[in-house]
Amino acid sequence: MAILFLVEIADGKVKKASFEAASYAAKYASQAGKEAVGLALGSIDDASLSALGIYGAKKIIHASNAGFDNFDASAYAKAIAEVATQISADTIIISQTLTGKAVAPVVSARLKAGIVSGAVGLPDADFVVKKAAFSGKAFAYVKVETAVKVVAVVPNSFGATKGEGSASVEASAIAPAASRVTVKEVSRQTGDVAPLPEAELVVSAGRGMKGPENWGIVEDLATALGATTACSRPVADVHWRPHHEHVGQTGVAIRPNLYIAIGISGAIQHLAGVNQSKCIVVINKDPEAPFFKAADYGIVGDLFEIVPKLTAAVKALKASQH
Amino acid sequence: MKFLVCISLVPDTTTKISFVDNDTKFNNDKVQWILNPYDEWYALVRALELKEANGGNVTVVNVGPAENDQVIRKALAIGADDAIRIDVTGEADSYAIAAEIAAVAKSGGYDMILLGKETISYNGSNLGGMLAELLDLPFVSYASKLDMAGNTASIEREIEGGKEVLSVDVPFVISCAKGMAEARIPNMKGIMSAKTKPLNVVAPQGVGSLTSVVKYELPPAKGACKMISADHPEELIRLLHEEAKQI
Repeated sequence: MAILFLVEIADGKVKKASFEAASYAAKYASQAGKEAVGLALGSIDDASLSALGIYGAKKIIHASNAGFDNFDASAYAKAIAEVATQISADTIIISQTLTGKAVAPVVSARLKAGIVSGAVGLPDADFVVKKAAFSGKAFAYVKVETAVKVVAVVPNSFGATKGEGSASVEASAIAPAASRVTVKEVSRQTGDVAPLPEAELVVSAGRGMKGPENWGIVEDLATALGATTACSRPVADVHWRPHHEHVGQTGVAIRPNLYIAIGISGAIQHLAGVNQSKCIVVINKDPEAPFFKAADYGIVGDLFEIVPKLTAAVKALKASQH
Repeated sequence: MKFLVCISLVPDTTTKISFVDNDTKFNNDKVQWILNPYDEWYALVRALELKEANGGNVTVVNVGPAENDQVIRKALAIGADDAIRIDVTGEADSYAIAAEIAAVAKSGGYDMILLGKETISYNGSNLGGMLAELLDLPFVSYASKLDMAGNTASIEREIEGGKEVLSVDVPFVISCAKGMAEARIPNMKGIMSAKTKPLNVVAPQGVGSLTSVVKYELPPAKGACKMISADHPEELIRLLHEEAKQI
C-alpha cells in the first residue's frame, strides 16, 4: 500500500510546504508499514523531485504535461485521484496551501474518501487525526471512516524533517482533463523568503507604524531574521501594505514558529489568524494591549526606538554565529 | 442569472468555546449563532450586487434544523429572494452537507454557486470543492474579485504571496474571500419583507458522513507573557535564541 502526497510546484521549484507534506507522508508511511509516493504535476526538473528523498519519499511520479502549469482544481483532482487508484494509495496527503485548499476537497468527493482538513498531527492507529478548529480556539479529533482517506495538513504545523536519500522519479503520461478555467496572469512576490503561510518566521506590523513610509524598520528586522513580512487588517485596508500580507481571520491564517507583532493591538479577529504560532512576541506602547495576553514575550515601549535595536541585536547574533 | 449562495451557521466570533459530554460535543449553551461571516459578507453580498447589476435571482441554501430559520431570515433581510433549508437534524460532515446541497442544486439550474472561503467554526474549506466535483462544475477558490461579462467571469484569486487572474464560464462554484464585497446591514424594509419571502424546507436525501469528530480539546493555557524592558530590547533576541530557540 502507498501513501500518496501532492508535490506542489511554483516557478519551476518544489514549494516549501511540499517538503513538509513529504515528511508527513513518510512518517505516517513508516508508522503504518507503507510507502510514501509523491505526485508532481507540471514542469519541473527531475533532480528537484528526486531531492524529496531527503524528506523520506521513496518515489515521485511526475506527470510533466505542461497543461498542469495552468492551475485548475478539477484537473489536478482528477489526476491525483487517477494516480491514487493506479498505485492503490489508501491515504492522500495534501498540504493546506491555497492550492491544496482548492484541490483536497475535490479529490475527497471524487473518491468519496473522508477528509480531515487542517490536520496538525499524524493519524493514529484508528485513523483519528487532530485538526485545528474554531479559528484556532480549539482542536477536534476527527476519525475518517472510509477505506481511502484524504488529509490536508496545515503548513508549518508538522515541520519538514531532513534525512538521507533520494527518490526515484517515474514519468507518468497522465494529461490534464480539458480545463474549464483559464489562468490569465500570475503575480507573485519574488525573493528568497517563503510566502505566507509557509513562512517559519514572520514579522508583522499594524497601525502603530503610523504610516507606510515608516515600514523600513520592519523590513530591516525581517531581512535580518530571514523572515516574511505581514500586516494587520486596518493597514491592508488603507493600502499601506499589499493585501497578500494581511494575516488574521479575514486574511491569511498562519502558524509560523515565530510571530513578531509590532504596533498591533491584538483584536480577536487578528488573533484568530495567528494564535497558533509557536512563539509570539508583542511590541506595543500600550501595556493594556490585549495581544500581550496571547504573547510569550512582550516589550512595552516606542516601537520606533525598539525595532532598530532588535535589528542590530539580530545582526550581532548572526555575526557571532559565523 | 440564477445564483445559489450556501450559508452556514456558526457561533459568533467572540464566543467562548467550550465542550460538554466528556469533550465530545460543542457546548451550545448561551451561544449566539450567526451567518458565517464569509458566506454573508463576501458570497451573499457579491451575488446580490451582480443580480442588481444584471438581473436574476438569489437563493440561499442552508443544511440544518428548524432552529436555523431565524438566522436564515437574516440572509433574506439582506436581500436574498428566497431560501431553502435542507432539514438535517443530526451531525453531518462536509461531504454529507455537500451531497445534500448538490441534490438540491442539480435540479435548480443555477449559473453560479457561491460560498465563503471557509466557516469560522470548522475551518474546513471543504464544501466548495466537494460541490463542484459532485455537480461536475469548475471550482475557483479564495476569490477576492469577481466580475461578469455576459456568461464569462473574470476572477482574481489569492495565491501564496500574490494573486492569480483567471476566467471561467458559467456555471461554476466559487469560494469567496476578502475583497469580493463589503458587508451589508439589513434595513427596515429588508427585515419586514424577509418575513414573507419563501423559505422552503426540503427533506434530506439522508447521505451519510464519511468522518466523525470523536473528541474536542482546548489548547493548553498560555503561560504568562515574559516582559522585557524597553531599555534592553537586545535581551529579547537573546531569549528568542537561547530560550525559545526560534532564531
